[in-house]
Amino acid sequence: MPLIQLKNLHKRFGPLVVLDGITLDVEAGKCLVIIGASGTGKSVLLKHIVGLLRPDRGEVWFDGKRVDNLFERDFMLVRRRIGFLFQQSALFDSINVADNVAFPLVEHSGKLPGEIRELAEQKLRMVGLPGIGDKMPGELSGGMRKRVALARAIAMSPEVILYDEPTTGLDPVRADVINQLILKLQRELHATSLVVTHDMHSAFKIADRIVMLHEGKTVFDGPPTAILESGNPTVRRFVMGEASEQELSSLRGGPDASWF
Amino acid sequence: MDVVESIGDFGRFVSQTFTWIFRGGLNWKTLRLMMPLMFEVGVRSIPVIAITGAFIGMVMAVEAYDQFRSIGQENRLGSIINVSVVKQIGPVLAAVMLAGRVGGALTAELGTMNVTEQIDALRVMGTDPIRYLVVPRLLTCILLTPILTIYSDMLGVLGGWIVTVQMFGVPNAPYWHYAATGVGRWAVLEGVGKAVFFGGAIGLISCYKGFNCRAGASGVGRACTEAFVQSFIAIIVFNFFFARLMKDWYTTLYGHVSLFAQ
Repeated sequence: MPLIQLKNLHKRFGPLVVLDGITLDVEAGKCLVIIGASGTGKSVLLKHIVGLLRPDRGEVWFDGKRVDNLFERDFMLVRRRIGFLFQQSALFDSINVADNVAFPLVEHSGKLPGEIRELAEQKLRMVGLPGIGDKMPGELSGGMRKRVALARAIAMSPEVILYDEPTTGLDPVRADVINQLILKLQRELHATSLVVTHDMHSAFKIADRIVMLHEGKTVFDGPPTAILESGNPTVRRFVMGEASEQELSSLRGGPDASWF
Repeated sequence: MDVVESIGDFGRFVSQTFTWIFRGGLNWKTLRLMMPLMFEVGVRSIPVIAITGAFIGMVMAVEAYDQFRSIGQENRLGSIINVSVVKQIGPVLAAVMLAGRVGGALTAELGTMNVTEQIDALRVMGTDPIRYLVVPRLLTCILLTPILTIYSDMLGVLGGWIVTVQMFGVPNAPYWHYAATGVGRWAVLEGVGKAVFFGGAIGLISCYKGFNCRAGASGVGRACTEAFVQSFIAIIVFNFFFARLMKDWYTTLYGHVSLFAQ
């Protein structure tokens, strides 16, 4: 039985169709990577799983229960089992790093302040940032903020961790640190991971399975080894990082040519 | 259509907020969140509220003095200035000042949190942002606006006294005599009572605007402006209907009481 199931998910924002009938099963304990060009609805898909967005049509199931029609208050209980790493980290900038990481523990764990401090420090050690608890988020670099955000996402030891573009905006070395962290958390917490990215290097490194979205539909679903042999030209171009003839023609002679 | 939609959306926001207040009551968690806000909203507003209150009292005295003197009634300035300050101008201007100072700050803070996904982060961690962010801010506004109004009233009274008695030389004893007979318990309670609603309007409108802020620096800026303008309008319009209602109640209970017949 898959842990997360998306059934025929549709979502549009005004005239823009973002998800056009996505069906996806996520197996427990595996790392599923969702790839696709910017603006193809990868983040939107992730936000449906935690109920930040609700589908226009279709269903979201979590651990054998339908969740997309839950009231906000009931969804809170589902969300406590899921960790979410935001693209821009989304750390609370008015409180320090330790309080950020401790936030879900203070709110929901019912543990004593001493224990919470201990746990928060332990999570910071897990992401390789011990002893920075007193710093404010604004003092940290982008890569460090991401790791702090990751420490916060795993504070409650969630069953599922969702990563929204974890390596975007980082240099290759920092990006690899994040990749290794994802693998490490996968091993140590036995969590189910769902990673949205357009970084193919990262995808090959961490994925048990890759799903590619294009124009709101699934165009590839399989193990990383199979994606290199895919016959679909859209998939091939994305994996190789090549623009299509159509995308290039707008650079050469289109009405916008004067811009270049 | 957009107007209807946004009114409905605001209504839902308000009802959610009050649901949380009545379910949770005033618990320790909320009180702890309110402490830094009370410092920001309360303590830091004291200088501007003091200046507003004092100068309003003073300008009333300057405008009214020569007219009252020409009919030999300058002693009665004590009642007319102080009634105006305590019932109308004190509470309204204190609220407008707070709408600008506090409302702008709340909208900017929540708006930035919204744009940088911090509000989504709260939701994802299983914490309701309305309970965590809006309820303490609203309660702080509701609690502190009346207190700041009392403070503004006091300085308004002082300002009026300084100009009338110290500058224009109206005798002290009759000035206070008319002040005491003119300003009853009702006037003070009416002024402070409406400050509760003003505080509620400022808190709700500012938080709502922050929560529904568009992306980007201009989005936050626009949300702040809208929050101030709409709080201001809400205060002024509400004030009229509240004054009307209170006048009716007062007349029903006590009949017409003239400030000039005492």
